[in-house]
Amino acid sequence: MSIVLRLAWRNLWRQPRRTWLTTGAMVFSNVLLVFMMSFQFGMYDLMIENTLKIFTGHVQVQAPGYLDDKKMRQTVADIVPLADSLRTGLKSNKVAARGITFALASSEERSYGIMIYGVEPGFEPEVSTVPGLIIEGEYFSGIAAAEIVVGSVLARNLKVGLGDEITLLGSGVDGSFAAAVATVKGIFESGVVDLDRNIAEIPLQFFDDTFYMQGAGHQISIFAADLNDVGDLQIDVQKMLPAGSNLVVPDWNLLQPGVRQAIQADMSSAFFMYFVLVILVSFSVLNTQLMSVLERTHEFGIVMALGLRPGRLGRLVLIETALMGLMGMLLGMLAGAVVTLWVAQVGFSIPGMDEMAVQFNLPATMHPSLTLFSLTTGPAVVFVFTILAACYPALRMHWQKPVEAMRAV
Amino acid sequence: MTAVSCIDLCKTYRQGDQDIKALDHVSIDIQEGGFVCLSAPSGGGKTTLLNAIGGLDIPDSGQVIVAGTRIDNMSKGDLADLRLRQIGFVFQAYNLIPVLTAQENVEFVMQVQGMAANKRRDRSFAILKEVGLEGLEGRRPAEMSGGQQQRVAVARAIASRPALVLADEPTANLDSKTAGELMELFKMLNELHGTTFVIATHDQRVMTFAKRLIRMLDGQIVEDIDQRAA
Repeated sequence: MSIVLRLAWRNLWRQPRRTWLTTGAMVFSNVLLVFMMSFQFGMYDLMIENTLKIFTGHVQVQAPGYLDDKKMRQTVADIVPLADSLRTGLKSNKVAARGITFALASSEERSYGIMIYGVEPGFEPEVSTVPGLIIEGEYFSGIAAAEIVVGSVLARNLKVGLGDEITLLGSGVDGSFAAAVATVKGIFESGVVDLDRNIAEIPLQFFDDTFYMQGAGHQISIFAADLNDVGDLQIDVQKMLPAGSNLVVPDWNLLQPGVRQAIQADMSSAFFMYFVLVILVSFSVLNTQLMSVLERTHEFGIVMALGLRPGRLGRLVLIETALMGLMGMLLGMLAGAVVTLWVAQVGFSIPGMDEMAVQFNLPATMHPSLTLFSLTTGPAVVFVFTILAACYPALRMHWQKPVEAMRAV
Repeated sequence: MTAVSCIDLCKTYRQGDQDIKALDHVSIDIQEGGFVCLSAPSGGGKTTLLNAIGGLDIPDSGQVIVAGTRIDNMSKGDLADLRLRQIGFVFQAYNLIPVLTAQENVEFVMQVQGMAANKRRDRSFAILKEVGLEGLEGRRPAEMSGGQQQRVAVARAIASRPALVLADEPTANLDSKTAGELMELFKMLNELHGTTFVIATHDQRVMTFAKRLIRMLDGQIVEDIDQRAA
């Protein structure tokens, strides 16, 4: 072991209480950072997945311009064969075609403007949570059945139940008048009032017949195996589109900009808090190392007299800090991982946050998700700032004159 | 050959609103293998002269030449290298590194010099034996007496075989018996290895060991005696 490293390690334990107090501050902040980041990123993933799983998907195939202006006539032609070819090409069933339009839904007593989704009953459960949220009745029996699944609030507003009929009035893709009668097959409840009040689904072929789509639709929703694979999926899908096609493949960031913005806003405030925490720890380290250097001024004068260059002495101070930082980092990561894994098992809920959780499609009890990123990022930043905090005490070595240092008591 | 040459050195300190002339046009030559005592009452300038010779302090004017190299205009880093390779220091308060053992303290300079581990280990053990500390190699300074600590300091000063050893009041904290033993050790090293010793002291017993005695007063050399001739 080099003499500087040996000296640094032993110097740390001259004042064990001080070393442990400073290391403890690092461990505490690292535990907090590991837990909070795991919790935060776990929550974001959940928020993204839960939001995208309702309808959006990770990517969609759409007609150009549909994203900005959802007009009925901006269609994807031959949407079912295209969805079939994408399923084959991607070797995944997480692909489903849809038609979407606004219509007036009328029961015997009431009428409401709603959004109608024409869906492929066989594949919609692969890309949407709605089929799994049915609380009464069941999902569709076939692709052409004149059936409708409505949200619970809409059913209540229309005063309809299972087996009742709803009349749909709208306009076809060619601008002509469109009308159909569908029987209520199921009622879903997502917990998101807006969805439960405004959304209804019908089978895609029934949608096609009703709104004269002639085989066209508005979107193909596709899921990747993992959120991290979305970029690759987007490229693959783009390649599989028919030659000469001008279809576009927006990803979830474009489809749901609100989710990204909500995450960014939350991250900004969270990272500001983390930054304050890191700065506080850095000042604690600066204080410790400055005290440690000042009380050893005489000793530093001696080793300078013996021929140690000021730069090497500065390195000694940095190595001492690095050793302490390393201890804080490793112990903090270990303790942080234990705490996070434990909370991941038992769950964590914030009282009074239930409403906000529902708004972001989050469960009331959340579970942090420990990843390499959440485990290492916070402690690594604390470590870097710890070293930066030791730069001033280390630089003092360069300014120190041996004879003056030796006069220090 | 001349080991140390000081030419017209001046150094003034500011103390309160007074200027103190610590060195007032001091010029001396010290030959290789010399055993020189600088004697002066407190504030007489002996430590300032020693510090100037060791490159620990820079004179206001004049030149300091060590082993043929002018050092008063050297950079901090070059001075550190010079001290590391050519000069050994023994201080009044021992000044060992408290977290290192006796053997590690002795090895310190050699390790900083980059000497191979087995070579410096062998040498540190040999030198500790030479200064009478065989068996105490693993002790830390706090576990040794003042005399033992000063012997470790001497061992550290001579371990890398410097041409010049500068000692500032090396016996001030020692009883007369230990002080005598230390001076015998210095004398033996001077005779055995030809190491040049410059010792700042106001201890009369120490002065009797010197081949040359330089007396200083108020920053000036007032007497320069060749004691071998006496």
